[in-house]
Amino acid sequence: MNPVEVEGLTRRFGDFTAVDGVTFRVRRGEIFGFLGPNGAGKTTTIKMLTGLLPPSEGTGRVAGLDVRAERDGIRERIGYMSQKFSLYADLTVHENIELFAGLYGVVGTRYEERRAWVLEMSELADAVDRLAGELPLGWKQRLALGCATLHEPSILFLDEPTSGVDPVARRRFWDLIAAMSEAGTTVFVSTHYMEEAEYCHRLALLNRGRLIALDTPRALRARTVDPIFRLETEDAPRAVQALVHAPGMVEAAMYGRDVHVTVENETTGVDTVRAALAGEGLSVASIERVEPSLEDVFTALVRAEGGAVVG
Amino acid sequence: MDSPHGLAERPAIAIRGLTRRFDDRVAVDALSVDVRSGELFGIVGPDGAGKTTTLRMLAGVLRPTDGTALVAGIDVARDPEGVKPHIAYMSQRFGLYEDLTVRENLDFYADLYRVPRAERPARLERLYAFSRLGEFTDRLAGKLSGGMKQKLSLSCALVHKPDILLLDEPTFGVDPISRRELWLILHEMVAEGITIVVSTSYLDEAERCDRVALLHEGRLLALDTPTALRGSVSGRMLAIRSSRLRRARDVLRGAATVRSAHLFGDAVHVLVEAGVRDEEALAPVRAAGLDVRDVEETEPSLEDVFMRLVG
Repeated sequence: MNPVEVEGLTRRFGDFTAVDGVTFRVRRGEIFGFLGPNGAGKTTTIKMLTGLLPPSEGTGRVAGLDVRAERDGIRERIGYMSQKFSLYADLTVHENIELFAGLYGVVGTRYEERRAWVLEMSELADAVDRLAGELPLGWKQRLALGCATLHEPSILFLDEPTSGVDPVARRRFWDLIAAMSEAGTTVFVSTHYMEEAEYCHRLALLNRGRLIALDTPRALRARTVDPIFRLETEDAPRAVQALVHAPGMVEAAMYGRDVHVTVENETTGVDTVRAALAGEGLSVASIERVEPSLEDVFTALVRAEGGAVVG
Repeated sequence: MDSPHGLAERPAIAIRGLTRRFDDRVAVDALSVDVRSGELFGIVGPDGAGKTTTLRMLAGVLRPTDGTALVAGIDVARDPEGVKPHIAYMSQRFGLYEDLTVRENLDFYADLYRVPRAERPARLERLYAFSRLGEFTDRLAGKLSGGMKQKLSLSCALVHKPDILLLDEPTFGVDPISRRELWLILHEMVAEGITIVVSTSYLDEAERCDRVALLHEGRLLALDTPTALRGSVSGRMLAIRSSRLRRARDVLRGAATVRSAHLFGDAVHVLVEAGVRDEEALAPVRAAGLDVRDVEETEPSLEDVFMRLVG
């Protein structure tokens, strides 16, 4: 039995289908990324998996327990940390740990052990008496992670855990997550930041309630997306304007004074680009194929599936 | 300030020794930078680097403790009101009225900035065209998605055709699809000749700017084009994959050939001297009995540059 097993999971609100027949499995110790634009159904899925919202159809098992019938058992076995930090800003570091330990029923010598672990893991031993609200963002995130894992959950749910922090703090955080994963904790990460997606073993991409891709970041990046070229020209803004309206172009955008242009057809693409620019009196100083980023792949897949929800 | 070449040579923003203290904390420390006219200028750095404080001083809403900033040729400390007709400033918590509709918000800002009635229809049409808000003119701002709210905020800031646009983390909390749309809009503004200063904590967004100032703890770490910044990392950057990533990283960190080693996604990014061959770089990993799935040379990202400068 995998820690998370979802089959045909569906949730409707009136005649709107927020999650539509989603099926996937998450393996033990896996860092599983759950991606999608706003309104794709990520939050609704997580609410169903954590027992906060009953599914309209389909089944979900978390830690072997049914998400409809065994909600209380699930809560004991999972940890949850959201981007809005379930921390109490006007309590100290120590008081936050104490509060969460009480909520999770972590008491006695186990409490002493877990508290020591949290302080060591989060490197907050020298800050126990500081108010949580006054800590730098990266520290808050580590404290929130500690509080969410005080009861040693076998599955950890993270909702955009490192949005807004710098690369140094972000790498430190993901280092902790990697250690937990190696120790057997299953980590389910919901995010729309590619920086976070990069740290996942596998990524599930959701759009308009449906699962549209599920693979490793490398395999996703290797997928054939429309070819992207980087070109240098004398007037990038005008070049973009010329390219977005030209036939055979999927997308054109500026990167500094370079232009990245996505074309429909690899073999004729370069000629089409040159012709479109020549029509505007612009020349091409250089043009070369570039590797798609995870965000390019993500955007292409969402586009191929009818685009994101607007509004 | 008067240059022999005339006004065209005057920087849009000239910052000299700009400093802001809050009690004993120095939020911005003797910053000196010129932002060229028509440039898309990125201020990049982690939470607490001084990005917001710098932008607030440039917008004339916060007095510098020391130093000067000339915005459109006007000293912001001496004449904050004189600067305002030239700029638009979008703060992180831009004042959208959630209980007003999209149209009412735009009208409100048009009144505030005294945009002549005759100019408004054309202006709004232009703003609707890029923001795709035209379909939602009667929707309450509070009912828009995060991405659409940001686009409305940006539209409100642009309602009076400023020369200089100051944007504080405009894509914070916005999904990748909307993020791309926002950047397309910024590039359209640049094409129209507007100077843009944009702050972000995402290094991948810095790639889209003409020049980037890397800020850390109030100080300027580096200032250059994204390409030149990436080129400043000397040596070879290798991406090494192993089934024991963290162990591999620890082993590499201790090796004499290695200048830095960081986990990045499913690989360890290792910086070695230019002359070091792949097998030499891998020797410590193999000596520790760890497997090597593969190794490839990779281009340093701006994140790697940042890690080199800070870490």
